[in-house]
Parts: sequence; C-alpha cells; structure tokens
Amino acid sequence: MAMNSTGRPTAPADAQSTAQDVDTFSGSRGLLQAEPLLFEVGAADKCGVDLPDVPEHTSRLGGLERSEAIGLSGLSEPEAMRHYVRLSQRNYAIDLGLYPLGSCTMKHNPRLNEKLARLAGFADVHPLQPQSTVQGALALMGELSHWLCAITGMDAVALSPKAGAHGEWCGMMCIRAALQERGELSTRRRVLVPQSAHGTNPATAAECGFDIDELPADATGRVDMDVFRSKIGPDVAAVMLTNPNTCGLFERDIREIADLVHEAGGYFYCDGANLNAIMGKTRVRDLGVDAMHINLHKTFSTPHGGGGPGAGPVVLSKRLSQFAPVPYLVQDGDAWRLVEDDAQAEEKPFGRMCAFHGQMGMFTRALAYMMSHGADGLRQVSEDAVLNANYLLARLKGEMSPAFDGVCMHEALFDDTFLKNTDVTTLDFSKAMIDEGYHPMTMYFPLVVHGAMLIEPTETESKESLDRFADTLLSLAVAAKSGSSDRFVSAPVLAPLQRLDETQAARQPVLRWREA
Amino acid sequence: MSKIYFTEDHEYLIVDGDTATIGISTYAAGQLGDVVFVELPDTGKTVKKGDDIAVVESVKSASEIYAPVSGKITHANEALEDEPETVNGEPQGAGWFFKMTISDVSELEGMMDEAAYAEFTRE
Repeated sequence: MAMNSTGRPTAPADAQSTAQDVDTFSGSRGLLQAEPLLFEVGAADKCGVDLPDVPEHTSRLGGLERSEAIGLSGLSEPEAMRHYVRLSQRNYAIDLGLYPLGSCTMKHNPRLNEKLARLAGFADVHPLQPQSTVQGALALMGELSHWLCAITGMDAVALSPKAGAHGEWCGMMCIRAALQERGELSTRRRVLVPQSAHGTNPATAAECGFDIDELPADATGRVDMDVFRSKIGPDVAAVMLTNPNTCGLFERDIREIADLVHEAGGYFYCDGANLNAIMGKTRVRDLGVDAMHINLHKTFSTPHGGGGPGAGPVVLSKRLSQFAPVPYLVQDGDAWRLVEDDAQAEEKPFGRMCAFHGQMGMFTRALAYMMSHGADGLRQVSEDAVLNANYLLARLKGEMSPAFDGVCMHEALFDDTFLKNTDVTTLDFSKAMIDEGYHPMTMYFPLVVHGAMLIEPTETESKESLDRFADTLLSLAVAAKSGSSDRFVSAPVLAPLQRLDETQAARQPVLRWREA
Repeated sequence: MSKIYFTEDHEYLIVDGDTATIGISTYAAGQLGDVVFVELPDTGKTVKKGDDIAVVESVKSASEIYAPVSGKITHANEALEDEPETVNGEPQGAGWFFKMTISDVSELEGMMDEAAYAEFTRE
C-alpha cells in the first residue's frame, strides 16, 4: 500500500488555530468566498454578450441622447453567475434549515410545484397574448378561484392583488365602493383596528382615506370586547381584524365582533395572512367575514421572503363581490374570458389594481399545493402547524417566558421576562441564534409584548428537527441566565458578517455605491 | 416658575404659565433604544389633546407622540431632524420635541409629577 508521505493527510496534533484567528490573503474564508460588489468586480469596458453594431439610423430623441457612457459595471457571464451563486451561499433559506420567523410563514416548497410552475404553458405565456391561446392558463385561474372559494365558503374572489397588503387595499376599496353606493362614505369615517392586527392593516385603512381607531388588547392578548362595544357606532365603516392574530391567538369573540359591526351597518375585513392555521377547520364565511385576503405565498407554499414574489387574492361576501376590480374571470360555456374593461363589466368594479391579472407562477404553485394535498391534506397542514407551535411552546416554556397563558395557534409568542436581570436583550438572544445556525425568530413584534420573540415553525418540521431547535434555544436561555453574556453581546461572530451597526445604518445610511 | 408633568404615554411637559415644552421621558428614551428619526409637528398647528402629532423612530420601533394637552404648536425642535441622538442623550433637556401654548390649563390636572412618574415606571 502506498502511503501519502509527501502531503499532510491529517492536521498536526499541535495545530492551534481556530477559525477566528486566521486572516486570509484573499478575504475568502475557505469555501465561503469573499464577494465584492458588482461595481468592484466589474469594469465599464467589459461586456458579457456580443451585441451587433447599431445600423445607420437617425435619432428621434431631439438632442436628448445620452452623450456619455452610463458608467455601469460590465461583467463576463461566469462573473455574473458566480456573484449571485456566492451571495446565495451566504443566504439563509427554508431549504437550508428551520426558519422560525413568526408572522411570515416560511413554508416548505414542494419540488412538484416548481416543476409545474415551469411548464411552458404557464411560465412562457404573455399577458397580452390573445385569450384564445391561453385557455389552459385561464382555466387554472378558474380552478384556483373555485378552491379558494370552497376553502373559505365565500362567494367570489379577486385574483389580481400581488401581495397581502395589496389584497388588504383591494378589500378595503371594495368596502369603500359599497359605502359610496350607499351614500355613506362621508359619514362612515372610522375603521376599528386592534393592536394585535398586522401593522399593514391601519396603513391600508389610512390609504383608503379612513380614520384609524385603535382597539386595545385585553389581558389574554385578544380584542378587548368592552372597548370594542363602546366604540362601535353609525360612523364605523369597518373593522379590520387579523385572525389568528399576531400574538398567535384565535380571536374567540370573532363572531360577536362580526355581528356587532354588521348591526351597526359596517363591514368586516379579516386579515387572512394566518389562514394556514385554520384552513379546513374554520370556514371563513361562518365567521361573518365580508372580505379577506389570502397570502398564497404563505398558506399554499411558494418561495418568498427577501422581497417577493407574493400573491394576495381577496375572497368577498355577496355584499361586496360586485365591486371586485377588473380584470376578472368569467366562463362562457367551455371558454374562459378575462373582463378587462370597467365599461364592459356587468358588475360594478371599483377599478383596476395592476396592469394584468396577477401572479401566474404563484397561481400554479398554489393550485399544485392544494390539489396534491387535497381537502384532508390541507386540514392536516393546519393541524400540524398548530401542533408544531404548541410543541415548541411546551418545550421552551420552562426556560423562556410565554407572553400569554394557554395554548397558541401556529406561532408561539414569548416576552423577555426570562432575560430580566441579565445583560442579554431580545436582540442579543436573536443574534446568538445565528451563530447556532438558525435564522432568528421575529423580534420586538408584536408591539403589545415587551421584547417579543415570535416563533413560527413550519408545519413540515419533524419532531427531531424541532427538538434540535428547542435544545439550542434552551441552552441559550440557560447560558443567558447563568450570567455569562459573552456569547450574546457581540453575536454573531461565526456569520459571514458580524453584528451590524443598525443605529449608524439608520442615522447615516449609505444609499449608493461611490468609487473609493 | 416652571413645573414638570408626565403622562402615562411617557411624555413630559415643562409648563411655564400657559406655555409647555414637550418631549419623551428619560425612561421612555431608554426603553426605545437608539432613536434614528423624529418627525415633528408643523408650527402654528392647532391640536387637540390625544391627537397623534409626531413620530419617534428607534432601531426597535416607531412610536407616536400624542398632544398631551390641547393648544397651538409654537416651536418644533428642528435640530432633532439632523441629530436624533439628542433624544437619547438629553431627553428632558436639548432633546425636547415641540413647544405649545396650552388652551386649557385645567387639562394638566391629574397628570403625574416627578415622584408619581418614578413610581409609575418602577415596574
């Protein structure tokens, strides 16, 4: 047998270096490559593609032609590819590990969805193609609409909103249109929004021109019904409620809230971003909802986070369905058709929200997710989401401090009581999780809980995966309480970038690259 | 002779006759963390007690500042726009937000004095 006598098959026993001690010449850390900005790696005279010479032409720009080079950095194709692959290696994703970001619902994305979303008949169609050539894509939208209405029991759905907050705006604009038709838009000015609603809710109501009236939470983290009853009146346009709310709790009085707002002549908007905790268990129609958006990218998978893409269809009650925006889908016999023009509409659309019909890729993924799970599978998704969150709540509550007593829905909320009298804050604790290889939970939100830590485990996490996560958090909590704040105050130290100066970044942001 | 009052929303008023200087308490500034942005009310504006008229944003959160009493805004501390960190450094001094003339001084009744506020924030 030939031994490798010239190389060094194992490190010498006296090698003392640890990762932090080594400064590399290249700036890379082993296989974790240093990545400069595109402006730093490229050069203006480089180009990744061969462009043909511009033929003889006369300019019609009337002297407005650019006279100097634009100064953009050029890269070869491999350089451009490496740049993004390297950045992606520094990213954290649900495909890499448990992603406990509360209020965001990071779903596992089945690869089947991706395969179907890439089928040419869905992926390579253009919104301006004649509708006769995209009947399959339109039929998919029709089928998706049917599933969304069936799951919620609602009468109609507007597919075009592109994200949750866009969906809120769609729903509130339908309510506005309904009030306008009743001649009550000028007298119904108030929209009631609980503190435990998503932060976008009051922003949406304000954008639609309403005055926001905040509803406080009671000691159990739910809407304070005494205050609610005192605020309801003939000048209320709507109530906007998130259910389950951002404390991860089911609003037990939701039916009474709906009845009271209806009795007073207002509408009930429900933020459905957390539908993944109740679908197949609770029928939205039975809750008395008039409008609710559904985050396809949260409830029905799709890679999201980091800015997109999303889809926020809005289901509507009979009272509001006639005000849904264009374009909307109708079926004539076997043929599908998008009604694009307000003037041709038989209904009373409040207008148009975006250029085309919505996010085709999300529609495909969501329908694939629904059809591969089936009704029983979707119900189990909700059950597992709630079970996983409660498992973590039960495992962690010995060392960490739950914000409220009792069980939770799909997310477990803790406050920072357990860090009291330590030097460790919620921020430090979260940063230390990065060194442990986990994306931090949502922190300092919801605002109604001091030093909040909101943990939402994906329903597909196994018990083993949840146990590893819980063990890590328990160890961190014990370490924090033992009085050693060393591993917390400067964390993360093992990440590609160490702790950033958020204060400086907010006070003196550097918003563009400049040559050094 | 000026007197300092505190509200349950952690704002203070330094009152001299019918004029008041308003900001957030030292306790509140500590709780907020590093302040990074302050939005101030327009001077000359007439406000009602409880109106939200300013915003203070820290690395942790954005909070509304309410008019603690009814009246008219006379000055806004524009220095905070460039140096919001003054709110952390001297919350009850140079870090004041705005000054106003009080339209009804009886609205001050029931507000906390320094000792009562210290008790209020003890837990």
